Amino acid sequence: MTPLLSVRDLRVGFGQTPAANEVVKGVSFDLASGETLAIVGESGSGKSVTALSVNRLVDFGGGHITHGSILLQRSDGSVLDVAKSDEKILRTIRGRDVGMIFQEPMTSLNPVHTVGAQIEEAFRLNRGLHGAEAERAALEVLDRVRIPDAKSRLGYYPHQLSGGMRQRVMIAMALASSPRLLIADEPTTALDVTVQAQIMALLAELKAETGMSMIFITHDIGLVAGIADHIMVMQHGLAVEQNTTDAVLDNPQHDYTRHLLNAVPHFTSGKAVRADNERTETSEPIVKVDDLVVRFPVKKGLFKPRGAIHAVDGVSFDLMPGETLAIVGESGSGKSTTARAILGLNEKHRGAIATKPGRSRRPIQMVFQDPFASLNPRLNVEALLAEPAIANGQKLDDALRTRMRFLLDRVGLPADVLTRYPHQFSGGQRQRLCIARVLMLNPDVVVLDEAVSALDVSVQARVLDLLVDLQHEFSLAYLFISHDMAVVERIAHRIAVMYAGQIVEIGEARSVLSDPQHSYTKRLISAVPAVERRRQHFALDATQVPSLVRPAGYEPPPANWREAGQDHRVRIEEAK
Amino acid sequence: MSKLFRAFLRHPSGRIGLAIISLYLLAAILGTLGLTPHNPLKLFAIDRLKPPSATYWFGTDLLGRDTFSRLMVGIKQSMIIAFSSVALATLFGTVIGLLAAWWGTLWDGILMRIMDVLLAFPAILLALLIIAIVGPGTSTSVAAIAVVYTPIFARVVRGPALSLKQRDFVDAARTFGSSQPYILSRHLLLNLVAPLAVQVTLALAWALLTEAGLSFLGLGTQPPTPSLGLMLAESKNLMTQAPWLMIFPALTIMLGILGFNLTGDALRDILDPRMERREA
Repeated sequence: MTPLLSVRDLRVGFGQTPAANEVVKGVSFDLASGETLAIVGESGSGKSVTALSVNRLVDFGGGHITHGSILLQRSDGSVLDVAKSDEKILRTIRGRDVGMIFQEPMTSLNPVHTVGAQIEEAFRLNRGLHGAEAERAALEVLDRVRIPDAKSRLGYYPHQLSGGMRQRVMIAMALASSPRLLIADEPTTALDVTVQAQIMALLAELKAETGMSMIFITHDIGLVAGIADHIMVMQHGLAVEQNTTDAVLDNPQHDYTRHLLNAVPHFTSGKAVRADNERTETSEPIVKVDDLVVRFPVKKGLFKPRGAIHAVDGVSFDLMPGETLAIVGESGSGKSTTARAILGLNEKHRGAIATKPGRSRRPIQMVFQDPFASLNPRLNVEALLAEPAIANGQKLDDALRTRMRFLLDRVGLPADVLTRYPHQFSGGQRQRLCIARVLMLNPDVVVLDEAVSALDVSVQARVLDLLVDLQHEFSLAYLFISHDMAVVERIAHRIAVMYAGQIVEIGEARSVLSDPQHSYTKRLISAVPAVERRRQHFALDATQVPSLVRPAGYEPPPANWREAGQDHRVRIEEAK
Repeated sequence: MSKLFRAFLRHPSGRIGLAIISLYLLAAILGTLGLTPHNPLKLFAIDRLKPPSATYWFGTDLLGRDTFSRLMVGIKQSMIIAFSSVALATLFGTVIGLLAAWWGTLWDGILMRIMDVLLAFPAILLALLIIAIVGPGTSTSVAAIAVVYTPIFARVVRGPALSLKQRDFVDAARTFGSSQPYILSRHLLLNLVAPLAVQVTLALAWALLTEAGLSFLGLGTQPPTPSLGLMLAESKNLMTQAPWLMIFPALTIMLGILGFNLTGDALRDILDPRMERREA
């Protein structure tokens, strides 16, 4: 049987002299119809460029195929070399034979058209359907991607849908032409874990239903385990290993594959939690948060009553010196708002945040999620590191520079970077810089708001190790905010699970991860992709986070808690 | 700084713009030092209305004064007014825009509505109004032009400042306890240098034109001090007999505006963050 797609010695270059500036340096692979190939690699490995060459979208990004062939079997049985086709023929391939979904569903949908209109357009262009016919087809395809209440959603604009819903709409548009090959470029990277699990389950079911082939691009080798038939691992533009999924995962041949598999945080349901800090009865909390409430007013119009978004509703916890408390939850669960309220970046509506006087004037410091946004691009490293010290009355003198060099060395950056600017560093280095900066003030508590989420997996692992080392060395307490259970398992002593602005379960890490009590915690844990659990079947679960907009004067019913063991409390769920 | 200069020389319109402005600055400096070919105020009674020649490069006017020398002093006059008025407008506009963005809500509304009102008047009309109240003169021209261009700077600053204010590095600065002046100057203003620099060069071109317009109407620089607009006004009745009296001041004004505009365009290209990344 001839393969659907056969790529031979593909080379792609960029810029004025593509041959000298190659990003993909000779990649070959075959894809049989109905099969899924996962291309795995870190940023800059050429995985996206390889996949974008298949429908020649790479041309629009300034890329140029310098060598090799891409043989695609078309629906009428003829074989076409995509690498040598002209734009006119390519246009008939894109959408019809090769569909594509992108990473960021908000930017790939047009914000001024309803999703219905956009799906109908896909049908009009690819199948020539018009009017009521197109609408019926759009409705049908929305049903197929399991969007609840599809009929009314047709009239929605992209901004009215959640990230997961938008990605489903993108998939629906790609399906409109029943492509024989679907290219998915990191389709779940921008989504929450439980939504990611939903999308992955949907893709697996659609593949089984339609029999289409898929190229799945991702940096997360753990994610593809459940869906791919073959895995191709790429590094520096070369395919370093390619084989069946089981062979790659169970018996990796290349060092880089082994490295990737090791770097992926393995989630082990609480078996790998840290055991280096036991709570004692006598210790006194360094931060104690009691009944914290943060609300953002919503204006509905001149005469309509005002409501409020109850972003954080009655959150209480305490943090001991030298301890890591992880707050896990999905976007919109209020975990970042909680952190920002503790630092005084958001005004609180009610509640108390008590801090024990610490080693410096500002005992709580924060590291932000995006290392590219949290450093002023116009200041050099010296000015960046000096800022916290200057803000607290110190002078920029030799003593301060000595401390800078000490901390830079401690976070693993050379001391001669003081005159460099942020854009000269990689993401991981910038995050190290941010960590060094918060340590300038010798804080007692560091709030890490998704501090490793934006980093590549192998960089992520090294930064996590650094954080653990620093915690011991400077006896820091961490408030670690994350959506990633596997990361949390590595660093947390205690875990608080947040859902819809409230803590639903809090307790010792091992106990929460190995024996989750609340239904949301269970869902969150079952959604973690893991190499070990790849043979488990993912059930499709379309539960949505409830709206947090409440009418004025609304107060949530008081929380009832039950003990689920020593230092493990669960909120009692209301029967629905 | 030398990197910026080299980037200018590489940019085709930047090269021309920079050459024109350098020429004008040279003329202005020589004019200030009195190093003109002839005394611009001296009347050569026998050489009235002479066409351009080896002695009088750009000819003489009705009173027998050397046009070239008067142009040099006129350029000086225009440059002083343009630079000082734009400097004032930049200062006030930046402060107003920054504070409006930083304080937000009510203050933003009040300050920006005042700017909108100023912006609603045509530039010349607003300047006329101010001069009518205070009386004509060089310093009044400076003040009037500054008031006219303040709202533009306020707007240019406020937009990016609003988005910079939301950035993580500003939040980070707040968690360190950095003072407001520190955040405003290091985190906001420093990131606004590029758009401001472009706006300054473009405003200089407009200020040059507005100044010429005001003196043309007799409301700016007062005779006998030479100024580009005044010279143009005086040439109006002699257009057919002595066209050089009109052509040279008009060309001088045009070329000056062109120079600033070309520089502004080049600056915009060079300071574009996307270009910067490509170079880095």
